[in-house]
Amino acid sequence: MNLSQCEKECEVKVIKLHAKGALKDRLISFGLMKGADIKVLAHAPAKSTIEIIIARTRLALRREEAELIEVAK
Amino acid sequence: MTEDCVACPVMANHIRVALVGQPNVGKSMLINSVSNAHLHVGNFSGVTVDKTEVLFDYEDYHFTVVDLPGSYALNDYSIEEKVTSTFLFNGDFDIIVNVVDSTNLEKNMQLTAELMSMNKKMVMALNMSDEAEKEGIDIDEAYLSKLLGINCTKVSAVTRLGIDELIKSVISTFEQDKTSGKLVFSEAIEEEIDNVVSLLNTHKYQAPNSYRNVAINILKDNKRTYERMIANPIWTEVQPVLLEAKRHIELHHDTDDVKEAFAEEYASFNRGVVAEILNDTPLSEKRTMTEKIDSILINQYFGIPIFLFFMWSLFQLTFELGAIPMDMIDGFFGWLGDVVGATISNDDIRSLIVDGLIGGVGAVVLFVPNIIILFIGIALLESTGYMSRVAFLLDGFFHKFGLHGQSFIPLVTGFGCSIPAYMSARILKNDRDRLLTLFIIGFMSCGARLPVYVLFAGAFFSEEMAGNILFLIYISGAIIGLFAAKLLKLTAFKGEDEPFVMEMPKYRLPSLKLVWHTVSNKTWMYLKKAGTFIAAAAMLVWFMSNYPKNLELNSQFESKISALSSQKEITLVENKWAEQRLEQSYLGEVGKFIAPVFEPIGLDWKMSVSILTGLAAKEVVVSTLGVLYSLGDAVDEESSSLKALLASQISFASAMAFIVIIMIYLPCLAASIVFTREAGHIKYFFYLLGFTSIAAYILAFITYQVALLF
Repeated sequence: MNLSQCEKECEVKVIKLHAKGALKDRLISFGLMKGADIKVLAHAPAKSTIEIIIARTRLALRREEAELIEVAK
Repeated sequence: MTEDCVACPVMANHIRVALVGQPNVGKSMLINSVSNAHLHVGNFSGVTVDKTEVLFDYEDYHFTVVDLPGSYALNDYSIEEKVTSTFLFNGDFDIIVNVVDSTNLEKNMQLTAELMSMNKKMVMALNMSDEAEKEGIDIDEAYLSKLLGINCTKVSAVTRLGIDELIKSVISTFEQDKTSGKLVFSEAIEEEIDNVVSLLNTHKYQAPNSYRNVAINILKDNKRTYERMIANPIWTEVQPVLLEAKRHIELHHDTDDVKEAFAEEYASFNRGVVAEILNDTPLSEKRTMTEKIDSILINQYFGIPIFLFFMWSLFQLTFELGAIPMDMIDGFFGWLGDVVGATISNDDIRSLIVDGLIGGVGAVVLFVPNIIILFIGIALLESTGYMSRVAFLLDGFFHKFGLHGQSFIPLVTGFGCSIPAYMSARILKNDRDRLLTLFIIGFMSCGARLPVYVLFAGAFFSEEMAGNILFLIYISGAIIGLFAAKLLKLTAFKGEDEPFVMEMPKYRLPSLKLVWHTVSNKTWMYLKKAGTFIAAAAMLVWFMSNYPKNLELNSQFESKISALSSQKEITLVENKWAEQRLEQSYLGEVGKFIAPVFEPIGLDWKMSVSILTGLAAKEVVVSTLGVLYSLGDAVDEESSSLKALLASQISFASAMAFIVIIMIYLPCLAASIVFTREAGHIKYFFYLLGFTSIAAYILAFITYQVALLF
């Protein structure tokens, strides 16, 4: 499944990044890489944006970006 | 000793420091603590707006600290990050000071690892160590120094802890010969690095950095290293080695992306180091303060209403609280005018000083309290961490209009001043999104337009309503901006959307010092502008509205007045005289020349002229109105007279159309210059000019026609 399908409070592990190029570099520089543990913290109205925490970093991602992150429980 | 120093070459003890860190680690705060301790700050903005240089002396050393924009990594994601990586790549410095957030070491060290691979002298400043201590994070910095091979010092920019130690550590590292850092990769990668290095060695390749650094960069597909090398004959030999090396690394890391492999290497190195040096009491189960606050502020349902409420309160405060000292300031300038006027016998010079200079500058200074409140509000928004929450909340909404959630940050900055707003649009990576944001920033009414609104809201609405009107003006400006964005996105800036990935910082109590610093700085700039640019403009406006002298007209009226006896009649004639004098002045001629253009939207020639002069700076609008309307009226100036004059001479519909024009048309000269620079081509300036003028005119026309119905 991908990150956008996760509900609030759900804890998952990153399996693979399907993002490309600059976006992928960006995600990696935030620590969002294979094997990282993340937890979903909140959703913006209409679930357009999601907030996650990874290690001690809080990140906001748009749904389109979250869809590119393959995760597993 | 001091004489020795004057004689000795400056370079001898000159240390050039590159201050590097991820965003939001308190770098600016740290540089303030350091430079305040030794004074002498030079802010070279305007030349290189992107990086700030701070100079100071410590013991026998001259320091030049270059404060580079915060970067998550050296991969040129945004323009700001490009500034940082270009500077580091060119290597024109002696030592790196890597500032890290002690409460989030692992993430921060991702950049540290990249910096270490540059093989430069380097020290680490473990900032926010007071905060880390409170959170139960205990860092063994001696052990960390040993593991990384770089000097690590615990500091706190807020409590000024460890600042001296940091400077001393910079000096001692500077005095050592060897470079710092011993970042070791996994065997597979080290092997490939060695291969490339030995190849470079045999060919004596010319590079600003070490071979190891070049090897790592080229393996990581660093564009600049690549471009430099591809131009060199050596490339034909490097290329096959490189291809083989990458294949090897990718295989080893089970990925098809060598950059990802390196990132994983860095991350596992960091994880290892952090596990060794950190005595971290595990995050307790109870929710942190940030989470508690977030559960309210970014609540799916209440988040946006809460935000709107905050903005509304800000504008209410700006008006209500700002109105209190206004009478005093107004009174002061009235008094000053009288006192100074009494000492000048020449009528022309007196009028120049009292009506032109004091009147014009006074009209602008009057609004300093409003400006201060607005700036405090924006500074609080920026420094607490709330700004990114709003970006999070609004991204979905913004996205519908073709904007980016992070566009919100330059847009809100635009409420203060367009110039920093244009510059902060650099956080947007994608050029199209950035250009789009640049075009929209002007719709966010800047602080300099506030005086116009305060004046008109006060003149045409009751006191209770004025704050709401102010809020309404700002909000409708923003909404028009959104629609303009949509229009531009559908036409001029079609294309892919920029991804939205943003860090949400912890909430922090804003440091009073930092808020004071920002607000006092900006207020001082406003005052300085009032004293120089605005003063000159006001005098120019005065001159153009007083000359040429029409002696015939004067003698005509003088004889008319001498024939009259009742004071009331004299005042009436005097007003008429002033009115006619103004109309045949240079400015009157200009005004009448352009008046036909502005007639359909209900503006008289005085308002039209103010709009023209407002192109120089929006503050000039008020001072021009002040000069024009007070000259047209012979009664002496009293407090709030301009407000009263406007209310009596301008119709409601015209006033509304005027506000709309001010809201939308071209920002001031300085902002336009910065806009052009940030947009990257002069043609964009003409687009902006055309776009804003047409939009302003059409909307003002509609406003005028609608307002006439009431």
